[in-house]
Amino acid sequence: MTTRQFGQPIKRKEDPRLVTGGGRFLDDLGHTAYAAAFVRSPHAHARILDIDVTGALDVPGLIGIWTHEDLPGKVGEPLPLLIPHPSLTAPVTGYCLAPDEVNHVGEAVVMVVAVDRYAAEDACGLVRVDYDVLPPVVGLENARAATDLVHDSAPGNVAAHLVQEVGDVDIAMAAAPNRLTLDLQIERSMCSPMEGKGVYAVWDADDEHLRLWSSTQTTTGVRAAVAAKLDLPLAKVDCIAPDVGGGFGVKIVHPWPEEVLVPWTARLLGHDVKWTEDRREHFVSSAHERGQLQQVEVGFDDDGHVLALDVRLWHDNGAYTPYGIIVPIITSTQLLGPYKPGSYRCEFWSLYTNTVLVTPYRGAGRPQGVYAMERTMDAIAAELGLDRAEVRSRNFILPEEMPYDHGLLFQDGRPLKYDSGDFPASLAKLKALVGWDEFAAYKEQAASEGRRVGLGIGCYVEGTGVGPYEGGHIVIETSGRVNVATGLTTQGQGHQTVFAQIVADELGVPIENVFVTTGDTRRMGYAVGTFASRAAVMSGNAIALAARQVKAKALRIAAEALEVSPEDLEIVGGMVRVKGAPGTSMALGTVAVMSNPLRYAFDEAARAATQFAGGNDPDKPPVAAGEEPGLEGKDFYSPTQATFANGMHAAIVETDPVTAEIRILRYCVVHDCGPMINPMIVEGQVHGGVAQGVGGALYERMVYDESGQLLNASFMDFLMPYASEVPFIETDHLETPSPLNPLGIKGAGEAGCIPVSAVIASAIEDAEGFPIRSMPISPTELWELRQRHTEPVAAQGEPS
Amino acid sequence: MTGPDVPEPLHEVTVSVNGVRHTATVPARRLLSDFLRHDLALTGTHVGCEHGVCGACTILVDGAPMRSCLMFAVQARAHELTTVEGLGTIDAMGPVQQAFSECHGLQCGFCTPGFITTITAYLEENPDPTAEEARDAISGNLCRCTGYQNIVKSVLRAAEIRASADLGAPPLIDADARAGEAPP
Repeated sequence: MTTRQFGQPIKRKEDPRLVTGGGRFLDDLGHTAYAAAFVRSPHAHARILDIDVTGALDVPGLIGIWTHEDLPGKVGEPLPLLIPHPSLTAPVTGYCLAPDEVNHVGEAVVMVVAVDRYAAEDACGLVRVDYDVLPPVVGLENARAATDLVHDSAPGNVAAHLVQEVGDVDIAMAAAPNRLTLDLQIERSMCSPMEGKGVYAVWDADDEHLRLWSSTQTTTGVRAAVAAKLDLPLAKVDCIAPDVGGGFGVKIVHPWPEEVLVPWTARLLGHDVKWTEDRREHFVSSAHERGQLQQVEVGFDDDGHVLALDVRLWHDNGAYTPYGIIVPIITSTQLLGPYKPGSYRCEFWSLYTNTVLVTPYRGAGRPQGVYAMERTMDAIAAELGLDRAEVRSRNFILPEEMPYDHGLLFQDGRPLKYDSGDFPASLAKLKALVGWDEFAAYKEQAASEGRRVGLGIGCYVEGTGVGPYEGGHIVIETSGRVNVATGLTTQGQGHQTVFAQIVADELGVPIENVFVTTGDTRRMGYAVGTFASRAAVMSGNAIALAARQVKAKALRIAAEALEVSPEDLEIVGGMVRVKGAPGTSMALGTVAVMSNPLRYAFDEAARAATQFAGGNDPDKPPVAAGEEPGLEGKDFYSPTQATFANGMHAAIVETDPVTAEIRILRYCVVHDCGPMINPMIVEGQVHGGVAQGVGGALYERMVYDESGQLLNASFMDFLMPYASEVPFIETDHLETPSPLNPLGIKGAGEAGCIPVSAVIASAIEDAEGFPIRSMPISPTELWELRQRHTEPVAAQGEPS
Repeated sequence: MTGPDVPEPLHEVTVSVNGVRHTATVPARRLLSDFLRHDLALTGTHVGCEHGVCGACTILVDGAPMRSCLMFAVQARAHELTTVEGLGTIDAMGPVQQAFSECHGLQCGFCTPGFITTITAYLEENPDPTAEEARDAISGNLCRCTGYQNIVKSVLRAAEIRASADLGAPPLIDADARAGEAPP
């Protein structure tokens, strides 16, 4: 019997190539392509008065220079609003090249193409742009004050305002025996994949066909957007994601200006053109996330049950809203985590600022929501003198209450309805893992040695695997090779391995025979993309369904050949055989030969399918009614709603009594994404998420000055964690299946980073004995907080 | 100093990469990373920041890890360079490559070549590190995917593989024997 591949920590099929230098990332392609570079705005907010390119025209190797006024038709029109929403009343999107106004430092103003990047940057340096500088709006306080406006079309700088309410919060709040108000802040960070964005376009003039490679999370999205912008039939555009060096959300936005302009110039010039984003460009012209101000009012009884939860959020959406208001919608819904407040209201304002636009970054609004909720839980525990885990536990939705409908609308426009989960069991595992009940003694012991330690906790629920759909296509070659395609893309999640595991099980073939292609519109034209921890759920199930179709077809064909009923057949190790009589069998490759009646023999195997090879029934057509030639299958998976994964983290931190240095001593994760296809890969996803969370909690922030300059736009100054900053991560798993999909699985990609800021804030608060209300937190900030809390006057005020 | 309309002077650069001699004519400002990737089409070396912080472009210069984005191609004259392509092949992976594959030491794989070169050099000098030392050894390279947990494991596993195979160094390719294969 073949070992079931699902659930095994199988080594990744993609690794031998990647570890030996065989990866093909965007900039590894097109060595003879012309290079694009951009003149970008040095100002956060300014009117463009004049652009003078004369000085650049004599640069050796220059091919062309374009400004907004050179862009024809739709290329010169605003970029699309990808996700409209009724509450997004003042949507504004940017242009490929800014027409008359720039709204953040880094916005593209002039495009240069030259024989190589060196020459292109030489020319960029000689383009003169005159600006009339306008007052910039930087930071949420300034956006909210609206003394100056980012866009005249957005009064009050408000892009969107949305209220969702379940129950009557005002009545429940008034009746609650205890009430607390928390003012919270969380700063910006960014995805910062090791490979930035990049686009490479080849225009085939003979065929009038565009082939486009982009370091993107959605090739079908880019293809459709570029075809629309360039007025090309969809059939004349292919888009392929090569190896992609990390995404984490930023590469789901599309089309980026460069994704339109690079193919446009390639067609115009009749020559390949490539643009590879450099690190500074990535900082100032891609996207950031996280920045929010939050105000929470909570009413609760004397046992800590939340009776009323009233949340107000101010979300910084940056200069434009191409991705709609997905992030604050997720914050406002996923804030609830594993809890069931008696009543809930969330009101948010999504505000424009003259900064880089804000679009989903791993976690996509959840880290902020969980931070707000978990700070609240700790505050309730502190107010009542109760154990923090106990307060959480008392507010949990219980397994017997599943499915649990919160009565809210989620980011996919569908009900926020949890499908499964066992929160008490998760908490029990976490407490055991971290040694929750023994911590008080440890803390006391540490204190006696002059050390400060604290224990923190954070719980979250994550809606994963949102629709609308993904597809799977499988074709088995006469060699027995199984080709699998799905349209969504890969940025390191190991899809070539996990999807092969699914197919190997469903079809009964050796995993070595299964070859998976993702993100290539030539192979699968219908797809949505990789985001929202959806790839395994969406494409995994679609591929499983497609495999079942292929299997059924293989059994039909083999049954006829072997003169048995399909029900009597099984496929094991790539052989179709009679159950109980494995001697009666045929290889899947042979079935593939038989599935495709031929006139011409192209190889030895094909001879068996040619018209004089015998075995034809002259009364039947070679391809039976209702069948198609080929051992091939395609299916789609389209769920009615998201499936909800969950997890709980705990950390022990130590803060230096003198320097306020913060060190994570232990970091523990309990994670439940349902049955794991490949536990090794899930574990890796959790590790990576936690590391990004640690960055967001302790090191990473986007430091804008008052004029809108991003002061830390390099890896020298934006402090992404090295190995020295990431603690050893201890993990445990629950596998609560989802009732919603054939494989019973849930997504895992974003999980790790979601609660980390909440957990670290909780732990520092526990160590220091005063509330932490702003994250990330540096040693300097902690030291300053200590000063405020040791001064009697300051200690009376509400800390912020 | 050349003006904007004066072509840059070019310099002939001959370097040895993975034991193969290559000659190319490049401007003085051509970064070594660009030279390897675009002039020699050795794209295994990746560029993550172009300011020497991330370590993705790390190669071995006479066996020592160096950031190829902080060197000019002309500075590499007369040096022996080793890139990730020189540390093994799919069919014959070097110990560090094999360890990364076994330990899930990579996800997207973009930073990986820089880690592999760095760790290869490290293990030459420290063949039997502790977990703490292994973590320290990789603390100059950025990875955004793995959280480093499995890279630390990979360092330890690579040390084991080296020890069990008694591999002092990856197999060396005879430079002269392959000198003629260099692209023009």
